[in-house]
Amino acid sequence: MSQANNGAVLAAEAENREFLVFSLGEEEYAIDILKVQEIRGYENVTRIANAPDFIKGVTNLRGVIVPIVDLRIKFHLENVEYGGQTVVIVVNVADRVVGIVVDGVSDVMTLTPDQIKPAPEFGVTLSSDFLSGLGSLEDRMLVLVDIDKLLTSEEMALVDTTATSKV
Amino acid sequence: MDITDFFDTFFEEAEELLADMEQQLLDLDLDDPDSEQLNAIFRAAHSIKGGAGTFGFTVLQKTTHIFENLLDHARKGELALRADLVDTFLEAKDIMHEQLNAYRSEEEPDQEAFERICQTLQQIALEEIGKGLDGAAGAPIANATPAPASEKASAESDADMAPSEAAQATAQRIVALIKVDEKDRILLVEELEQLGDIQSQSGDETNYEVVLESNVSDDDIEAVMCFIIEPEQIQIRPVEDAPSGGTPPVAPENDIATPASKPAAEPAPSPEATQPTANAPEKAEPKEKPKPKKAAESSSIRVSVDKVDQIINLVGELIITQSMLDQTVSDLGDQSVGNSSLQNGMSLLQRNARDLQESVMSIRMIPMEFVFSRFPRVVRDTAGKLQKDIELVTEGKSTELDKSLVERITDPLTHLVRNSLDHGIEMPDEREAKGKPRTGKLVLSARHQGGNILIEVRDDGAGMDREVLLRKARENGLNVSDTMPDEEVWQLIFAPGFSTAKEVTDVSGRGVGMDVVKRNIQGMGGRVEIQSKKGEGTNTRIVLPLTLAILDGMSIKVGPETFILPLSTVLESLQPAKGEMYAMAGDDVVLKVRDEYLPVIAIHEVLDVEGAITDPTKSIAVIVQGEGRRYAMLVDELVGQQQVVVKNLEDNYRKVPGVSAATILGDGSVALILDISGLHRLSRAKKESNKSLNSKKLSYKEAEPS
Repeated sequence: MSQANNGAVLAAEAENREFLVFSLGEEEYAIDILKVQEIRGYENVTRIANAPDFIKGVTNLRGVIVPIVDLRIKFHLENVEYGGQTVVIVVNVADRVVGIVVDGVSDVMTLTPDQIKPAPEFGVTLSSDFLSGLGSLEDRMLVLVDIDKLLTSEEMALVDTTATSKV
Repeated sequence: MDITDFFDTFFEEAEELLADMEQQLLDLDLDDPDSEQLNAIFRAAHSIKGGAGTFGFTVLQKTTHIFENLLDHARKGELALRADLVDTFLEAKDIMHEQLNAYRSEEEPDQEAFERICQTLQQIALEEIGKGLDGAAGAPIANATPAPASEKASAESDADMAPSEAAQATAQRIVALIKVDEKDRILLVEELEQLGDIQSQSGDETNYEVVLESNVSDDDIEAVMCFIIEPEQIQIRPVEDAPSGGTPPVAPENDIATPASKPAAEPAPSPEATQPTANAPEKAEPKEKPKPKKAAESSSIRVSVDKVDQIINLVGELIITQSMLDQTVSDLGDQSVGNSSLQNGMSLLQRNARDLQESVMSIRMIPMEFVFSRFPRVVRDTAGKLQKDIELVTEGKSTELDKSLVERITDPLTHLVRNSLDHGIEMPDEREAKGKPRTGKLVLSARHQGGNILIEVRDDGAGMDREVLLRKARENGLNVSDTMPDEEVWQLIFAPGFSTAKEVTDVSGRGVGMDVVKRNIQGMGGRVEIQSKKGEGTNTRIVLPLTLAILDGMSIKVGPETFILPLSTVLESLQPAKGEMYAMAGDDVVLKVRDEYLPVIAIHEVLDVEGAITDPTKSIAVIVQGEGRRYAMLVDELVGQQQVVVKNLEDNYRKVPGVSAATILGDGSVALILDISGLHRLSRAKKESNKSLNSKKLSYKEAEPS
């Protein structure tokens, strides 16, 4: 509504993006904060038979059945443990609600465009298609994950292929 | 805010109005029409017109406009209603509905249908209303390409008139201005002067005629004048036997007095029909006319299904929280015994929560009337087409059914009704010969039966012929025997491509459909049964669950995991003894249950459950039925029966083989609802892949030493 007034301010701010930073093992990853619905503990997950190992199952999120994906298994990290620190980030992608299991959530960062570097072409486990870049922050490096692309990709097996072709 | 935000509201409202209109039209007593009903129909048309005008749906607006005018005459008693007129009105209603749908899907409505219905309605106006209709024409297109005059109209016409073809060379034409006030008229006459020579002009406000000699085409004249007035206020026709000079024509005056002498397709007929109502202002700005108040203060509100589902979800959560609390309180044991107010509070909470859930679920339930109300029309149309006399009786209109089911039952039901009308009920003469009343009877009924709803389509027609069905089945290469019980013979009609109709008609008989009907109904978790007696009629019974949102389930345990089996699939459970299990071809196992060998599905194998009982004799065999076949499922433990709220897995995830949906248990965890036939397929697929895996391993091992 107030677009007219703040137009200029917004335009400047639109360049800056906010990211939720989470850790997987020793590595730091970040996703667009606007995709995040909530953060909750890891509990009460019902296993789904014959699903890929990184799909831990489904859980009840206030009456909605939500699939839980463990990114640590997906990214082939060692030491996958479930404890009090294990956190599920509930994200909204492509009109779906999905929970992703991570080792911990550290903070919310604002990155300016020049802090976001293009992702190099590498990655066998994590194709650079699923990265929106690398965030450099003093001595830290954040892997910026394009969570939309990652979770709707065929290899995540979260979405029926027939359903995606419709979109 | 954009005006398009209101579109949906308009569409929904218009749809309701149209449905209303149809109902009223069907209820009309033709001999003695109820003026209140006619008023209601008129109001519905008027409201739609107003809305369509506001949102710029021109085609719809014009159609309703013409329709409304006709209805206006009808309600004033100037138009005598007949069955064929009502048919046309119904057709107009259908076309308006199509137009509405077209606008809804952001397409252009069917221009052809629009022109056709406009002409038909205008023709009715011309022929039926003695004095003619005021400038009812709404279709400028109809003006541009006049359709050939209807035979009836031209037969009545005594004056030979040249059709008003456009774009003639310099010719004399009478330009009639209908209901144009003086100010506009002066302007228009000035405009006409620009176009050609005005030979003469005369008339008054209701009809002012200008004889114009010009080489401009009719279309152009109209186009120019349309800047000032509505197209229906203009009428252009040639002056026949036009004197080359500028004699003021007397003949045209006579013509005007006899509207029938004009080509019927010409939209604007006689000027003499001065309407008592203030037509002119209404025409110019239809929105200004005060909208008639809605017949009755509505006692319902429109809420989106999403919102209702959200409430249902929340209430489900409340129930779960309540049972968690309940658990905690009972765990307190002795400590809580003394605290009677806590106990009382808990039981009160439980009761209120259940009541709340029940009332919320009932929001989704709508009466069968919503389905049945469309059938008087279907029966009327179909019966008319087949030239049969049919009386439709509906029973149990107030029986409630889940909204999602109501939407899905309509098509199969329509199909069954058409089938009954076409194949079931005989022609009147044939019926008379058989000693039955000439009028066939079709009964649609709905009622609750246990946890199900039973919908019946009953006719007193010819019934099905066992021999014919069996013969047809053999011709179609189906495996049948003469000793089959009747029920199975009747089920043959659901086989794909099966039709006993002697000829393919417009209504039915192509042999597609009945299999679709059965599939649809099975898709809703229901089944179809047929009872028929040759010569006496057929009764098709559809049994449906009340709702898809709630399922009666049997919770079972396999290892640490809980699953739900739909109770409707569970036949019995038993403890298998060693002697009753037989291995077949390696890893297939069957269980003998009372002379029947059932394939065994061990759930822990199919769903990879760890920590489950692997010895079949220690587990429990649940005999289940899916897609007409029986299986024995090995589970660890039967927990109990409970009603569960069905949750879709595909909303956020994908289809899982062997699982139909999920639900939330009392402790807040998710349990999967098993799909019997899916499990069987999964088990087969697993065994196949194991086999191929094993054989690969074997061949690998064999290859190694060399």
